[in-house]
Amino acid sequence: MSYLEYYVKRVPTGPSKILHLNWPLAILLTAVACVGFLMLYSVAGGSMTPWVEPQMKRFALGMVLMIAIAMVPIWFWRNMAGLAYGASLLLLLGVEFFGSTGMGAQRWIDLGFIRLQPSELTKITLVMILAAYYDWLDIGKTSRPLWVAIPLLLILVPTYLVLRQPDLGTALLLVMGGGAVMFIAGVSWWYFGIVIAGGVGLVSAVFSSRGTSWQLLKDYQYRRIDTFLDPSSDPLGAGYHITQSKIALGSGGWTGRGFMQGTQSRLNFLPEKHTDFIFTTLAEEFGFLGAFSLLVLYALIILFCFYSALSNKDRFGSILTLGIGVTFFLFFAINMSMVMGLAPVVGVPLPLVSYGGSAMLVLMVAFGLTQSAHVHRPRSR
Amino acid sequence: MKRSPKDTETSVRRITRRGMVLGSLQLGMMGVLGWRMRQMQVEQADEFRLLAEENRINMRLIAPARGLIFDRGGIPVAENTQNYRIVIVREDAGDVDAVIDRLRQLIYLDPDELERSLREMNRRSAFVPVTLTDQRSWEDIATVAVNAPALPGIIPDVGLTRHYPLGPDFSHIVGYVGPVSDYDLSRIEDKDPLLQIPKFQIGKTGVENKYERELRGKAGNKRIEVNAAGRVMRELSRDNGVPGANLQLTVDTNLQNFVEARLSLEESAAAVIMSPQSGDLLAIGSAPTFDPNKFVRGISVPDYKALTENIYRPLANKSVQGAYPPGSTFKMMVTLAALDAGVMGPEDTEYCPGFSKVGDRRFHCWKRGGHGYVNLEKSLQQSCDVYYYELAQKVGIDKIAETARRFGFGERFDIPMSAVTSGIMPDKAWKRERYDAEWRIGDSLNASIGQGYVLASPLQLAVMTARLASGTSVMPRLIKSVDGVETPIEGDTPLGFNENHLRMVRRGMYAVTNTRRGTGYSVRIDADNQRIAGKSGTSQVRNITVAERARGVTSNADLPWERRDHALFVAYAPYENPTHAAAVVVEHGGGGSSVAGPLARDILLYAMHGGIPPLDAYPSSQRARIRAQFAKLELRESAAQPGRDRA
Repeated sequence: MSYLEYYVKRVPTGPSKILHLNWPLAILLTAVACVGFLMLYSVAGGSMTPWVEPQMKRFALGMVLMIAIAMVPIWFWRNMAGLAYGASLLLLLGVEFFGSTGMGAQRWIDLGFIRLQPSELTKITLVMILAAYYDWLDIGKTSRPLWVAIPLLLILVPTYLVLRQPDLGTALLLVMGGGAVMFIAGVSWWYFGIVIAGGVGLVSAVFSSRGTSWQLLKDYQYRRIDTFLDPSSDPLGAGYHITQSKIALGSGGWTGRGFMQGTQSRLNFLPEKHTDFIFTTLAEEFGFLGAFSLLVLYALIILFCFYSALSNKDRFGSILTLGIGVTFFLFFAINMSMVMGLAPVVGVPLPLVSYGGSAMLVLMVAFGLTQSAHVHRPRSR
Repeated sequence: MKRSPKDTETSVRRITRRGMVLGSLQLGMMGVLGWRMRQMQVEQADEFRLLAEENRINMRLIAPARGLIFDRGGIPVAENTQNYRIVIVREDAGDVDAVIDRLRQLIYLDPDELERSLREMNRRSAFVPVTLTDQRSWEDIATVAVNAPALPGIIPDVGLTRHYPLGPDFSHIVGYVGPVSDYDLSRIEDKDPLLQIPKFQIGKTGVENKYERELRGKAGNKRIEVNAAGRVMRELSRDNGVPGANLQLTVDTNLQNFVEARLSLEESAAAVIMSPQSGDLLAIGSAPTFDPNKFVRGISVPDYKALTENIYRPLANKSVQGAYPPGSTFKMMVTLAALDAGVMGPEDTEYCPGFSKVGDRRFHCWKRGGHGYVNLEKSLQQSCDVYYYELAQKVGIDKIAETARRFGFGERFDIPMSAVTSGIMPDKAWKRERYDAEWRIGDSLNASIGQGYVLASPLQLAVMTARLASGTSVMPRLIKSVDGVETPIEGDTPLGFNENHLRMVRRGMYAVTNTRRGTGYSVRIDADNQRIAGKSGTSQVRNITVAERARGVTSNADLPWERRDHALFVAYAPYENPTHAAAVVVEHGGGGSSVAGPLARDILLYAMHGGIPPLDAYPSSQRARIRAQFAKLELRESAAQPGRDRA
C-alpha cells in the first residue's frame, strides 16, 4: 500500500475533513448546475415544471452524495472498485433482460424510486477499476502485452454490452475514457499509435471501398455519413436535427436573443431541447458570451481536476481524478461538437446541464470520488 | 505489495507527464470548440439569424375576392358566391375511416373526389384542414352540422367561388374561370404567389382570361409564427390585399339573352350588335352555347367530350373567332372603292347577262337570267354579281382591299375575348406572300362578291355596318368601365370617305330591305321611324362541280349540312338616325335574306324597343309566323318583359 509510505497522520480525520474539500470545484459544479436550471426553466417556457424542480432535487441529492463519498477514505473506494465494476456489469446484463425501452433503446432499470441507467454508472466504475488495476500493477509491467490485454478486456466487455442496447454515445465514452486512463497510467505510445493508425486505416478503407464490390458498409450507412458531413444535403430528413441546431446556435450572435427569447427552441424547431440539445438554447439565448462562459466553467472544472490529480502522490487517487476529469471532458466536448456540427449526432448529454437523473447523480458520485482522493491525499512532511 | 519510493517517484513523474499531454490535448479541443462557437455565433450570425427567421415565420396568402363583372345596366354577369365545403382535420377525426363511413351515410360523396381528398389528407400534417367535398347544398351542410357530435374532425365550411348567374348567355363573352392547372403555370410568366394555392380559380377564356390581372386583385398575406410542426402559434401581421377590379361590360343582358335565344332557333349561328356611335357591343351571340358554371370546378370528362364532339362547336365563339366568306355583304366595300377611285358614277350602268366572261372562263351571276342594265343602287338592291365583276376589274383588288381595311376587314380588334380573328383581306402582296403566286383577275372577281380568299368574322361585319351607318371609324368596345373608370371611346373620327358616296351606299342598302325588288324586302320593318337598311349575303362553302351542275344538285336542301351555304345579313336601323348596327351569320343556313335577315331584324327591333318588339313593327303578312316564333323563344323572365321605351 503505497499510501502507508506517506504521512498518514497528517491526513485530516473526523468532521474537519469537510474543510479540506476542494471547495472551488464544488462551487464550479454548482455554477454549472445553475446554468442548467436556468436553461431548463427557459425551455419549459418559464416554468419550474416539468424539469427544473426534479433537476434541483437531484443536484441537491448529488451534492450530499458527493460530500458523503468525500468523507470516506479513498482507499475504501479503491477496495470497492472491483465490486462496483462487477455490480455495474451485472446491471448492464440486467438491462438486457429487464430493461425498459426508452427512445428506442434499452437503457433503464426501474428501481422504483429512480430509473437507473447502468451505462452511466459504468462510465465511473470503469475508471475506478482501471485506476485500481494500475495502482496494483507493478509499474514495470505496464506495457507488457498480457498486462495491456487485461484492461482492454475490462473496457471492451461493458462497451459491448452498451453497444447492444444500442447506445453509441456511451460506448464511445467508455472506449475513449478507458483509453485515456491507460494512457495516463503509462501504457506505451506504440499501442496508441497502432490503434490510431488502425483507426485511420479503417476509415480510409470504409471510404475507399464505397461503390466497389468489397464495400464495407451498407448504402444507408454511407448516406448517414454523408448527412453528417453535409447536413444541408438533407435538411428535412436525417440532417434536420443538426441543421436546426446550427441555426439556433448561430442565430444567437454575440449576446443572444435574451433569456426566454430564443425563437427556435421556443417553437420546437430543436429536437431534444431539454436533454442533448440544451446547449443550443443556451447559445441562442445568451449568444457567444453565454456559450463561451459555459465552456470556461467546464475548463475550470477540468483544471481543478488536473491540479488535484497532479498534486496527489497517491497513484490510485491521481489516476482516478484524471480519468474522471477526462470522462467529464469527453461528455461536454462530444456534446458541444455534436450540436455545433463537428461530430455526428450521438446521444451524449451536456454534463450537469442536460435534464437527466442518472447522469447527474453518477457525475456527482464521480466528483465525490475525486473529492475523497483530494481530502485523503498523502501529505508530504 | 510494497513499492519503493523510487518506483513511486517514477509513477508520479509518468502520470504528470502523460497528464500534461492529455491536458494539452483537451485544451486544444476546447480551443477548437471555442473557435467554432465564435465562427458560428459571431462570423456567420447574420446568416443563421436569417435562416431562423425563415424557420419561424410563415407567410400565408389571403386570396382576394375576384372582381365582379356587370352588364351595362349594372346586372351581375359574374359573381362570387358562397361555396359550401366539407373539411376534415385528421387529428381531430381520430378514426378517419369510421368517420367518413358515417358521413357517407348522411350525404353522397363522389368516390373519385373522396379518394383524391384522402390522398391529399395523408400527404399533409394531421392538423391541416383538407377539403373533402365542395359546392354542396345548404341542406348537406345543415345535415352535417346537425350530426356534428357523431362526426369528429368534420367541419362544414364556406368559401368563395365564381358563379355565372346568367349561365350560357355570357359563356362566350365572359368566358369562365377554372382551377389553375400545371399547364397554366408553365405558360404564365407571372409569378403571383396566388397561383400556387391549390385549386385557385383563374380566368381560362374570354374576359375572365383577358382581364385576369385586373380581376384577380392583389394577394393579401398574414405573417404567422409557426412551430416546427407547422402549427400556427400566433398572427404577427396581416394585410388583406386588394380585391379585384369590378368590370362593367357594354353588353345588355336582356338583349344578349334575346340574341342567344333567337340564335338557338338555328343550328349554328352568330350575331353581333353594336352602337354605330360609341362602338359599344350590345350583344355578342354565338349558338349553340354552353354553361360556364360547369367549368368552374373543372369539367367532367363526359361533359367536356360532349362539348368538343358536337359538330356545331358550342365552345367556339363564332362571332369573333369564326371567319366566313362575307359574300354579298362585301359589295358595299367594292362600291365605295369604285366611287372613291372615281372609276364610275352612281348612274353608270353595267349590263348583266347572267355571267361575266373573263378570258374563256365564265363567272356566273346568282340570277341565271341576268339583271339587264344595272346601276349602283340596283346592284345593291338586287345584289347583281356581274356589276361587281365589272367594277372589280376597273378598280383592282388593292384599292378594294385598302377600302375594306378602313372598315375593319383584316383587322384583329382589340377586344378582350379569346382567339379574336383578323379574318383575311387579300391583296396582291398577300397572295404573293401566302401562296407565292401572282394575283389573277379571277381572284378579284371572286373577292368582289365576298368569296374566294376574303374572310371576315361577324364582329368585323358588324363594325363595317356601324362604320357605314355612322361614317366614322368607330371601334368596338366591350369593357365599359374598370373599377368605375370609364374606358375611352375610340374612333369617332370621320372615315375619310366622301359623305355623298356613303349616302349612295346607304341608299342602296335601304333599297335592299324597303323596296319590292330588294333581296331583303321580306325583312323590312313597318314602322316609319325604324326603317332598316341592310344587305344580305349567301356565301358558298363549296364549289359546285360540273357534275353536280349537270345533275342539277344546286339547291342547299340537297346537300349535307356542312356543305350548305352560309347565310349572312348585315343591317342597321333606324335608317335616318342609326342607333344599332348588326351582323348575323347562320352557318350553313342557306339564303342570307331568308334565314339570316329575319334574325338581324328581330335583334335590331328588340334592341330599339328595349324588349320584345310589338308585332305591328312587322309586315302584316308575317305577324302570325313571328308570333309563333316568339312563342318558341326560351327567354329569361326579365328579358321577356316588354320594352320600356316602346314606341
